[in-house]
Amino acid sequence: MPWEIRFLLDEAALWVDYNRARSRDDHRLAGLTMINAFFENSTRTLLSFEIAGKRLGADVVNLGVAGSSVKKGETLLDTALTLNAMRPDVIVIRHGSSGAVQLIAEKLDCPVINAGDGRHEHPTQALLDALTIRRRKGRIQGLNVAICGDILHSRVARSNFHLLAALGAQVRAVAPATLMPQGIERLGVQPFTDMEAGLDGADVVMMLRLQTERMAGAFVPSTREYYRFFGLTEARLARAAPDVLVMHPGPMNRGVEIESAIADDIVRSAVSEQVEMGVAVRMACLDILTRRRRAVPGWPS
Amino acid sequence: MNTPPPLCLTEARIICPETGHDATANLMIENRRITGLGDAPPPSHAEIISCKGHVLAPGLVDAGVFRADARACRTGGITRVVLMPDGSPPLDDPALVAFARGTGKPDVWVHPLVAATQGLAGEELAELGLAREAGAVGVATGRSAISSAAVMHRLLSYARSFDLTVVTHSEEPSLTKNAVATEGEYATRLGLPAAPAYAEALAIARDIRLAEATGARLHFRQVTTAEGLALVRAARARGLDITAGITPAHWLLNETAVAGFRSFARLSPPLRVEEDRQSVLEAIADGTITIISSGHDPQSQDAKRQPFADAAPGMAGAETLLALSLSLVREGQMSLIQMLAALSLAPARRFGLPGGSLAPGQPADILVFDENAPWRIAPERFAGHANTPFDSLPVAGDVRLTIKGGERLWQA
Repeated sequence: MPWEIRFLLDEAALWVDYNRARSRDDHRLAGLTMINAFFENSTRTLLSFEIAGKRLGADVVNLGVAGSSVKKGETLLDTALTLNAMRPDVIVIRHGSSGAVQLIAEKLDCPVINAGDGRHEHPTQALLDALTIRRRKGRIQGLNVAICGDILHSRVARSNFHLLAALGAQVRAVAPATLMPQGIERLGVQPFTDMEAGLDGADVVMMLRLQTERMAGAFVPSTREYYRFFGLTEARLARAAPDVLVMHPGPMNRGVEIESAIADDIVRSAVSEQVEMGVAVRMACLDILTRRRRAVPGWPS
Repeated sequence: MNTPPPLCLTEARIICPETGHDATANLMIENRRITGLGDAPPPSHAEIISCKGHVLAPGLVDAGVFRADARACRTGGITRVVLMPDGSPPLDDPALVAFARGTGKPDVWVHPLVAATQGLAGEELAELGLAREAGAVGVATGRSAISSAAVMHRLLSYARSFDLTVVTHSEEPSLTKNAVATEGEYATRLGLPAAPAYAEALAIARDIRLAEATGARLHFRQVTTAEGLALVRAARARGLDITAGITPAHWLLNETAVAGFRSFARLSPPLRVEEDRQSVLEAIADGTITIISSGHDPQSQDAKRQPFADAAPGMAGAETLLALSLSLVREGQMSLIQMLAALSLAPARRFGLPGGSLAPGQPADILVFDENAPWRIAPERFAGHANTPFDSLPVAGDVRLTIKGGERLWQA
């Protein structure tokens, strides 16, 4: 619901200021156990969640796929039950299959945060993107947002479609035809296979990472051809609004989807800010989702 | 085994798809065969079973199951199954075919299909001739189609010379590789790997052309899209020996059944859009689809309790085949006798099997059911694994008695 999103973004905005302050002594999650169960490799998102948890004083435990019993043949639901038996207070899950987080969550008694499931959703990424846009642009309503790149395999794109549309932005999807999912118009998104047209007048350009394993001949012929037609270059960016904001969920492939100079342009690029907002948004999520557990007044069980 | 005692099933509404008989009568069974059908009172030496108010029909012939589940067949009124070759190991060898024939005894006749290619790998032909001698009633490409047009061409011409019906899966494999859903809004929302629905039409168009070139008998086990059905309809109109089948899920459900990543609705081929579902109903009504089967392919809990894309495709279908098929009669797609033909006579004829008939001399494979008895699809009604997308659906039509070879196997 839009009001829920706005409430969460407002809360996250407070954490941004807190994180920038010299002293950080709010340990409201002290004594709570937070498990980061990552069944798919991740560096940034895991780190972001870990810092968010620790900064709020939670006892943070990371379960990576490499050391887990999943590798030893344990089924996903057995792993879920095992985790649940350890009585965590909040669990963050990433998994490579769409719907996996929901499946696990059904077996867990504590709040679950989806840190990305397959091609389906990555809600905290969309929230941090929204917070970044809101801080830079002062609003989201009515903005033209172009999301460019591998839309087909992107959970970031899907979550952003839902969230930005809910907050009243006009969303465009820009991708080569081979990386554009069918039926995308039905999600309220305008598709473009011509990047110049897709960028025309855009207030925000959100680039997506092109995964290397999808490049070599499978979905696009080569990285240089991709860069030639879908890379974010200075010339192409000139088609967007003069005060355009450039975003990227990271990690960036410089020279594949984005020109280095644009990525480093502190006026137009919000890439580092997105990372900062990520921690704040995740702190807000952790705080709000454990309020009932912590018996915060106004959050009855 | 001793010959079962003579039986007389009285006062049933007896429907025979072969002769067209549809009237209340008595049916006499002796020496494992049907010996009489008519008004004659039961002879004194026969055991009498009153079937008043129930329908009596030939036992169902389920064309294309992945497991010959004796208990499931008994409770589902199925007396013959045509077994797909996708076992472990695949039925690609005459000895395996011969062994498979015996696996249903004494509950259900099992008629194996031999794997078209060795290991079902789609490359080298299996010993089709020897397999036929060992009891194979046809050839099947298994859960997927054969990629190579050259291999398919060879298969069809070779199978034709042995007079074997070729059963094929209708999805172009290079398009459907890794796909678990039909391409479109729904798959895009859920972020599921998807293939276009026309992957079916591509496979069907190729195979129809190859069947025309070779004169082979071809059966598409499931045709689930408007486009695929149009191709089959046109080919049949041209007089080609081509048949199409369907399972209940594809006329009762559309792609929205996968909402919430419900892995019980993970099927192969995947569920389609509503327009395609409507086309399936039309094709059943106009006779483009002639064979209804369960596609019985139960999966273990471990195989189904997975994220959608990682779960195994398939559902348990034998127990619910009759009740779900009766929905076609109630909704007016077909008459009761037509439905029973699609469930017994048509598949029996397609694979050269006895069954589908209550004429004197036929094996006494009988199904008695209450057309209107209500029940709810629930795990306890299933013989084994109970994964079905119809879980907890209220249905009407329940099997009361299953007789195979004159032997009462199951009675409710």
